[in-house]
Amino acid sequence: MSRASDSPADSQSAGTRLSRVIVLGVLLAAAWLLWSGYFKPLILMFGAFSCAIVLITAYRMHLFDSDVFELRFISRLFRFWAWLGNEVVRSSLEVTRIVLNPKLPIKPTVVEIDSHCEHPVDLTILGNSITLTPGTLTLSIDNRRFTVHALTENGARDIAGGEMDRRVRALRSG
Amino acid sequence: MDQGLINFVLDIISWILLTAGAFFVLVGGVGALRMPNLYTRMHAASVTDTMGAALVLGGMMVQAGLSLATIKLAAILLFLLITSPTSSYALAHAALLAGIKPDAGRAADPEGHA
Amino acid sequence: MYYVVTFATLVTMALALIRALIGPTVYDRVLTVNMFGTKTVLLLSVIAFLAGRPDFLDLALAYALINFIGVLAVLEFFKSREVRRQQERDVEQENPPGETG
Repeated sequence: MSRASDSPADSQSAGTRLSRVIVLGVLLAAAWLLWSGYFKPLILMFGAFSCAIVLITAYRMHLFDSDVFELRFISRLFRFWAWLGNEVVRSSLEVTRIVLNPKLPIKPTVVEIDSHCEHPVDLTILGNSITLTPGTLTLSIDNRRFTVHALTENGARDIAGGEMDRRVRALRSG
Repeated sequence: MDQGLINFVLDIISWILLTAGAFFVLVGGVGALRMPNLYTRMHAASVTDTMGAALVLGGMMVQAGLSLATIKLAAILLFLLITSPTSSYALAHAALLAGIKPDAGRAADPEGHA
Repeated sequence: MYYVVTFATLVTMALALIRALIGPTVYDRVLTVNMFGTKTVLLLSVIAFLAGRPDFLDLALAYALINFIGVLAVLEFFKSREVRRQQERDVEQENPPGETG
């Protein structure tokens, strides 16, 4: 497998890549120990073997070329989740009010927005965040152009405002 | 602080979370039945997948306290919150490719649905 | 209090089943299968607490995994079927009566 050429922001030394491998490895080992609960040598060997396979697969998928497995990113991720959780609660209550309203006051709207994110990881996070928020749904992602289905015009306006796009972009580069 | 009082307060909190979660789960089911077409139904279903699941599992986490069960519940919640939008997107995209129109004129009046 | 959640989950499963029976397109049915799976995960975790058997949580996690992969696989199948049908339609339009392939 030849190494695909990455975007300039992603090219970095072997040292940072090794630290990412270690972060993922520690996460995997912790997960294994939590779920197995056995500490016999044979079982531990199985665990080490599984973790090694996952790490090798992740390496061949070029997963370590992006900064997803860095503690800095993970700490930022938690702040993003807090904001997203707030957003989800707000829009859940709105959708609940619509569903329980006998008149069902929906106004399905399709909006198209151009995201400022470029990296596939950012695009995935943005698309999933939009879908995760009740009331908005990503229909298709075509080369940074998002087609979003919104249940109400309010939700469509929120998406068109681009706040989420800004926050997702700040996740990795801010 | 009295241990009994703390347990009582935790019980109340988890009771509220569980009941609210049950409410949102139910809302999603009702919405999936009432909504007029596929895409709007998916909005209703996402209420159950996010709010419903988060509140129910959160309520059980409060009940379980600091234990292995809490970590497992958190893992289940995290997994659900990552996979449910992914499969929603796959579903919406597949339906779009299959030619199901999102029947949303940019300014169409939705009066017809009752 | 777990009974409230169990009841709500079961009612929602029933509603999803009704939607699966009437849901006009196949995608509505896939949506309800997905919903049903999520509800099953919730139900399994509630049962773990109701019966005091934490090992049910592992089942819930495994079920969430299987549900996700299953829905994606089914959608992939329908998508490829759709593509194939479209190709057949295109071929028919290009050379209407003639050779059959």
